[in-house]
Amino acid sequence: MVNEEALFFSRILTELTLSFHIIYATIGVGIPLMIMIAQWVGIKKNDEHYILLARRWTRGFVITVAVGVVTGTAIGLQLSLLWPNFMELAGNVIALPLFMETFAFFFEAIFLGIYLYTWDRFENQRKHLLLLIPVAVGASFSAVFITMVNAFMNAPQGFELVDGQLVNVNPIVAMFNPAMPTKVAHVVVTAYMTSAFVLASIAAFRLLKGSNHIYHKKALSLTMKLGLIFSIAAAIIGDFSGKYLAEYQPEKLAAAEWHFETEGKAPLIMYGVLDDGEVKYAIKLPFALSVLAHNDPTAEVLGLDKFPEDEIPPLYIHYLFDIMVTIGVWMVVLSFVFWIGMKRRWPFIHKKWFRWLIVLGGPLSILAIEAGWWMAEVGRQPWVLRGLMRTADGATSSNHVDIMLVLFAGLYIVLAIGTIVILSRMFRKNPVERELEDRAAEKGGDPR
Amino acid sequence: MNLEILGILVLWTFLFGYVIVASVDFGAGFFNAYSVYSGKKHILTNIIQRYLSPVWEVTNVFLVFFFVGVVGFFPKTAFYYGTILLVPASISILLLAIRGSYYAFETYGSRGHKGYAFMYGLSGLFIPASLSIVLTISEGGFVSMVDGNPVLDYWALFSSPLTWSIVVLSLAAVLYISAVFLTWYAHKAKDTKATELMRKYALLWAFPTIVTAGGIIVELRFHNPEHYARILDLWWLFALSFLMFIGTVWLIWNRKNYGRAFGLLAGQFALAFYAYGFSHYPYLLYPHLTIYDGFTNKAMAISLVTAFIAGLCLLIPSLYLLLRLFLFDKKYVEGKSDYHP
Ligand code: HDD
Ligand code: HEM
Ligand code: HEM
Repeated sequence: MVNEEALFFSRILTELTLSFHIIYATIGVGIPLMIMIAQWVGIKKNDEHYILLARRWTRGFVITVAVGVVTGTAIGLQLSLLWPNFMELAGNVIALPLFMETFAFFFEAIFLGIYLYTWDRFENQRKHLLLLIPVAVGASFSAVFITMVNAFMNAPQGFELVDGQLVNVNPIVAMFNPAMPTKVAHVVVTAYMTSAFVLASIAAFRLLKGSNHIYHKKALSLTMKLGLIFSIAAAIIGDFSGKYLAEYQPEKLAAAEWHFETEGKAPLIMYGVLDDGEVKYAIKLPFALSVLAHNDPTAEVLGLDKFPEDEIPPLYIHYLFDIMVTIGVWMVVLSFVFWIGMKRRWPFIHKKWFRWLIVLGGPLSILAIEAGWWMAEVGRQPWVLRGLMRTADGATSSNHVDIMLVLFAGLYIVLAIGTIVILSRMFRKNPVERELEDRAAEKGGDPR
Repeated sequence: MNLEILGILVLWTFLFGYVIVASVDFGAGFFNAYSVYSGKKHILTNIIQRYLSPVWEVTNVFLVFFFVGVVGFFPKTAFYYGTILLVPASISILLLAIRGSYYAFETYGSRGHKGYAFMYGLSGLFIPASLSIVLTISEGGFVSMVDGNPVLDYWALFSSPLTWSIVVLSLAAVLYISAVFLTWYAHKAKDTKATELMRKYALLWAFPTIVTAGGIIVELRFHNPEHYARILDLWWLFALSFLMFIGTVWLIWNRKNYGRAFGLLAGQFALAFYAYGFSHYPYLLYPHLTIYDGFTNKAMAISLVTAFIAGLCLLIPSLYLLLRLFLFDKKYVEGKSDYHP
């Protein structure tokens, strides 16, 4: 028997917590790598600016980690609280990566503590940089392990169900399911991409707000270059994700592409609206869906007509897919133009309007992350474990989920405001110019 | 030893780790708030901040490790405890979240906010209280099965003296553990004033801790006679634990070897904690769930244990490094150098 009200509120609360956590988690995965690169460049070039860049990013990072940790703790417990039936089954088969994730956190947490409190403690800067490697590795592996769990939800394997009993469980096979390679790679790379563009956005913003310091220019050029690399990688791996879907979750792809009838030479539908089952105002790219799905312009792509009515995911995921892909392509173009512009000394990349576009890039990337996750998760519905357990059967039977939803919504508002206030105060009170002077004065050098 | 016992032993060990590390953390927050209130701020704040700053995130991981591990080793707990704990656990999460994030906001963002110190200190007392409810529920008598789903009887829970004694014990223990540790830490930092103050707090909280702990055993006799009988079988462990308690108090009273005093305290709590755990065996939730019917399949158990051992090989050296740099590094502890980013 399903408690409809508990189910409804459990879904909303899960969506809310995950959508909030993912912002901090993405930043938490990507920023350590960016700090590492900046510090490394700084040491290589013996350039104080890059070192300071790493230092200031670290300070902001600590704040986002804190919120990432507490919201992650929330979702970790909530999975059991809101989806006890699902977690009972999942615990039997996919607990291994979940467990290993805690080791990754542990590793990250320990070295982050050390890294934070050992600035300038070593004669040799490289030693300090070494301490950052476990932080970056730990953060990325958290993402790898948790995404393995999510991949399992999309393509469960590694066990058999006989009369409702789990037999022949193989945790390793469950971990390395067909959804895993593309999903893990796409999630990790988009986290790097988003972090790079968020940092670029901050640098561009400071340049717009009157500071013309070379420090910000170096930051901007470094992060845009990194963003270019990772956004190209994201698009390529995204293409592979589409091929994965065509093979293993064709209903998700068909719903995302509004592909109603099974056919060959399938066109890709971009944008448009759905009006009474009819697609209007859309751009149709001939053959493109067949290419996305099978790398062959004539290949047949399964349409929604092949699936029972009650197993078709909500069709609005098409809009989410469009948002994600549009932003992905846009960010590749933007960072590419910036890169060429730097090389060729095109003056317009230093114009105000162009910098505003870069400022916009950070929030847009985060929006793409949200849209991507919503597409992937809503596209899995009605299943929580595809083909095995319906979302409705996984939910709690408890009656108080609605109050918890209100409490947690309040919590996230407080945390969001706290983060914004603290981060902006932290950097406004201590602008780069002043910090550079202070540091030079400390060393008795020439303040310049 | 069978896999069930190995699994619960691993988890219990991490829970013990959490109890000790988090108690120091929660208690320190409270003492800090109290010292702001009573005008002794300058004495304690430095000591407390020096210890807490590098380790706060590690503390949280102990807890995460425990609840993720429980679902891994004993998936049925997700069904039982997941269903009944929705409200109490959500409240704990909320408190943990406020506390953790505002700690970071204050430490790395804007130092010295007064209202914040109160919130931080107070939430540190509410968290152990709300977490300790889980132990009470595990004693049975508050959960019934309706239509195949477990349901928690809140009225019975909150009107039971057992609940409130466990809450009081958790508070007293937090303050006691934390005071003893900070006495030692302040002494290492050569901060005489702080040492004396913390010593006083340690002696103050020793008595309530031991009295409530004894009281709970007596109450169990009425609430859960089966568990009580098993506790009596293990009386010698509890007696040993009590002797260690006496040892700690004696050392602190005579201002002798605070390091050993903390060692004895850890021993006291370890003995009592494990003895309590053994006497609880085999139940995870009286009388609905034992470690045997809640256990995962063999393949998963073996892979979890393997992952655990591999993980430990990575963690123990790292933890050692952390402790060496911050707990045992003379210069750092004495505050002679500041390497804040
Ligand atoms: C910055 C973020 C971002 C950007 C620019 C893109 N994606 Fe993406 N995408 C994600 C962020 C993301 C994500 C948040 O990481 C998702 C959600 C769940 C997942 O596995 O990754 C995702 C999922 C996802 C899926 C579903 C996978 C599944 O459900 O198993 C597909 C097919 C694509 N993406 C394809 C693309 C393509 C063709 C892109 C072309 C540019 C693209 N993505 C850009
Ligand atoms: C290991 C990783 C994940 C697990 C175990 C997980 C778990 C779940 C569960 C149990 C549901 C069913 C509830 C429902 O249908 O509403 C769900 C749905 C959902 N999850 Fe995930 N999730 C994971 C990753 C994520 C992430 C990172 C996000 C991103 C923000 C996310 C966003 C969502 C959304 C938006 C739904 C709602 C779908 C709908 O209700 O139609 N999930 N997830
Ligand atoms: C159902 C999904 C998820 C669960 C249960 C979960 C669980 C957690 C937990 C328990 C923590 C806190 C760990 C600590 O105490 O240090 C955390 C933090 C974190 N999570 Fe999540 N998480 C989920 C989704 C994700 C996803 C999809 C990603 C990455 C793409 C991610 C990346 C991180 C990272 C990097 C942190 C560390 C905090 C930081 O560095 O900002 N998590 N998560």
